Formats: sequence, C-alpha cells, structure tokens
Amino acid sequence: MPRRVGRCRYGVLAAMSWMAWTAPSATFFVAVLLALATLTVAEVLRPGQVRRGLLGLVTTRGDRFFISLLSGAALHVMWLAATALPVWWASIAWLVLLVVLMRWG
Amino acid sequence: MPERRSTNLAWFGVLPVVLVVAFSAVIPLMTVVNYSLQDIFDLNTRVFVGFDWYRETLRDPRFLEALVRQGLFSMAVLVIQLPLGILVAKGLPKSGWRASFMLVLIALPLLIPWNVVGTIWQIFARPDIGLLGAALAGLGVDFNYTASPVDAWITVLMMDVWHWTSLVALLAYAGLAAIPQAYYQAAALDGAGPWEVFRYVELPRLRSVLIIAILLRLMDSFMIYTEPFVLTGGGPGNATTFLSQYLTSMAVGQFDLGPAAAFSVLYFLLILLMCWVFYTLVMREAHE
Repeated sequence: MPRRVGRCRYGVLAAMSWMAWTAPSATFFVAVLLALATLTVAEVLRPGQVRRGLLGLVTTRGDRFFISLLSGAALHVMWLAATALPVWWASIAWLVLLVVLMRWG
Repeated sequence: MPERRSTNLAWFGVLPVVLVVAFSAVIPLMTVVNYSLQDIFDLNTRVFVGFDWYRETLRDPRFLEALVRQGLFSMAVLVIQLPLGILVAKGLPKSGWRASFMLVLIALPLLIPWNVVGTIWQIFARPDIGLLGAALAGLGVDFNYTASPVDAWITVLMMDVWHWTSLVALLAYAGLAAIPQAYYQAAALDGAGPWEVFRYVELPRLRSVLIIAILLRLMDSFMIYTEPFVLTGGGPGNATTFLSQYLTSMAVGQFDLGPAAAFSVLYFLLILLMCWVFYTLVMREAHE
C-alpha cells in the first residue's frame, strides 16, 4: 500500500522541505555523509596506504569506497532490471561486497 | 631561512568551490533522487513508491531503444572525430600567421551556440533550399533527413562532426606542439618514416590530451540534446530520439516527475560508470 508523505514544518527540515525528502532517501544520504566523515577522520588519524588488491587496481581507501558505492548502484540497477525479487537482497549482497572491497579490494 | 610550517588553512581556499558544487550539483541531485522514489505532483501531493519508477524505466522499450541509439551515436562520434581531429591537427601549420589564422578558423564552430548549429544544419541539409541537400538532389541522390532515418542519422552525425572535431583538433595540436624537436631529430637519425614518427613518437606523447578529448566527447555526445532536437526533433519517428530528448519529453512534455527523476538518476549513473571504467582502464594501461 503506497504511503503518503507529509511535509516537515519546523526548523532546518522545513527549509529543506522543497527537496521532497523521504525517510529512506534521507537515511541513505546521511549514511553516505557519515561514511565520508568517518573516512576523513580515519585518513587524518591513520593515513591509508595506496595498494593493489583484488581489483587489480592501485587504490586508496577513498577510491575503494567510491568503487563500492558505484558498484552498489550498478548492482541495484541490474537487480531491478533483471528480477522482481525484493531489492533488500541486492542491498545485503552489496554490504558484503562493500566489506570485501574495503578490506581486500 | 625560517622554517615553513604545514597547516590545513589551504582547505579554506577550497571551501568556495565545495559550496558552489554543493549548491549547483549535489543538492539538486539529491532532490532528483528524492523525487525518483515518489509519485509526485507537488510538495503536498506525493506518494512514496520505492523503486517502482526505476523498474518501470528499466523495462520501458522506448528507454532501451533510446539507450541503444545513444550508445551507437557516441561510438560513431568517437570513431570519426578522434582520427579526423588528429589528422586536422597534423595538417595545421606549426607557426607564423598561418597557424594563428587556421586555429581561429577551426575554432569558429565551437563558438556557435548549439541551437544555432542545429538551425544551420536544418537549412543546409534541406533538399529544396539547402546547399548540401540541393547539391545532393542535383547529383541525383535521394537525400531527405526528414523522411529517411538513415539520412537523419547521417545529418546528425555530420553536424556533430562539424561542430566538435575542432575541439579534438585543438587538443591534439596543443599536444603535438609540446613535443620537443629532439624527439623528431632522434627519429630522423634512426631513419623513421612519417608513419613510424606518428606511431612511436607522436601518438604516445598525445596520450594524455587524447584521454581528455575522448572523455569530453564521450560525455558530451552521450548528453546531446539541443542539436538533434532542432534538426530533426527526434524523428523521423523516433530514429534520432536520444536519451536526453526522451527524458525531456517525459519530464516537461508529460510532467511525469517521478519517472523522469528515476530516468535522470539512471542516466547519471550510466555516464558516471562509463567514464570511470574508461578512465580506470586508460590510467591502468598508462601505469603499466
């Protein structure tokens, strides 16, 4: 059953209400922003090494995160194009891919 | 000499660019993503639909046809414009007033607004009054870009080649001009002919400018809108309807904001993915 989405009338959220936010998209963007902030802090505290991993490419930590995001987007698009199964399965597969790429990519 | 300390103050210098990019690109893109998840008419009338618009777009035959056309067009653009641009650059005078004159001359198409280019070619290729169309008709060639899909494709391709080969030529010319004379002298001492000089001296030194040229032309041709819109309006039928034109008809013509937003996100991802794959392949080869 489709859910009706209301408008927030208060504070910062009201100022951003023209962007037609939904809870899932807000969660996604906040997660990406938090990940970027975490990567920045990690880079300042413990600078990552450039390395060649599973991908066969010379990558930094940021490169691997970008590749993870891009491959996640591609995976979800292919999933939506190929199957009617719930998209959560693709999300779970992507989380596994994210860990693999960040750790061994 | 006083010791220079490294600080992070330089990051404040980047701040204006970050803010401009955020307001001009990131925030609008986030808005499009938000729209793509809803059936939206205005901010008070919207329903969350999840990934339904993405599913619908990915199964839309018109989207898939436009995607194939777009891929073919970009491939044709690269195959024609890169060698032609290098050839033009090789043929340009190296110095003196002739070089300046020719550079200005070949840069002229780049200065013409896109809709004007479309109008120029719309008239130029008309079989009744256009120079090209009438000349072909005079030669007995049945050429009509408004009726024949093949003629429409040829005209759109010729128009793009006319408009943008100059960019490749200028980039290649700059790359050629940067090659030190010592390389040519060494090649001459080794008895290298023109082909060997091009293959083993010039082409490797042109690599970086050609990467830029390929990326620019790939992205730009994949987003082409104005010129074919003015020239053929996407026709005959849908023969020259590329992705951006179909997207515009969906968003502005039919006012289907949700599906158009999903289309836009897919379009953006496709260009991003293509450019990244291409750039990575080329850079990996360069490192090896």
